[in-house]
Amino acid sequence: MEKSTFVYVTYIRTTPEKLWAKLTETEIPREFFFATVLHAEWKVGGKWHSTAPDGTLVDGGEVLEIDPPKRLVLRWHHEMRPEHKAEGNSRATYELEQKEGMVKLTVIHEMDRGQSKFIAAVSNGWPTILSSLKSLLETGEALEDTRTW
Amino acid sequence: MLDAVFKALADPSRRKLLDELHANNGQTLSQLCELLDMTRQAVTKHLVVLEDANLVATVWRGREKLHFLNPVPLHEIYERWIVKYERDRLQALSDLKKGLEENQN
Repeated sequence: MEKSTFVYVTYIRTTPEKLWAKLTETEIPREFFFATVLHAEWKVGGKWHSTAPDGTLVDGGEVLEIDPPKRLVLRWHHEMRPEHKAEGNSRATYELEQKEGMVKLTVIHEMDRGQSKFIAAVSNGWPTILSSLKSLLETGEALEDTRTW
Repeated sequence: MLDAVFKALADPSRRKLLDELHANNGQTLSQLCELLDMTRQAVTKHLVVLEDANLVATVWRGREKLHFLNPVPLHEIYERWIVKYERDRLQALSDLKKGLEENQN
């Protein structure tokens, strides 16, 4: 089957538990994620969605796999931009692996269709988000760009 | 970590590998070998350097090892070396261009 896949890897000086806590933090604006708020029920089959500061629905989906603090797989459906929403479901996998005082965070975002515009679009967003998450955990401050919508 | 990134980027064959992955992400070693005029061993060596620098990430799909461009370190270079020194100047140039283009209309 044709697929569109992007893979992002970053090493963060933190613990898997702290990183997991940041990735799954709900109900408050995320400084590393353009101030969006995550709402989620953290169990297999649980629903999740994220909202912009004005309440607009951005993304949503379902928890496919959850194994704290190691692995989280989400069905991911974009809801905002019509051309991306039309492409349907994608899948995001977070893998956390402890490595010599650091955590290797791998994010795989994929869709079962070739040349996905959504996957191409998120490929610009993820590096910014992950750099900011790294800064936030290592220095206590997120990058300027991701603090606001 | 950034030392390894700059070292990895200093070689034209490795930059070519990154360009090939940018054009077509998620390739096997064999696919990449077809694109470069060098031995399989040499390509493997370059890929190891790129992976050590975190510029390339690998994912196993069944029995195939796929290579993906990892844009995160390049973004960190951008944040560390471009934004810091160039943002104001680039912004000024961009504003100038916009202003001039608006005047023309």
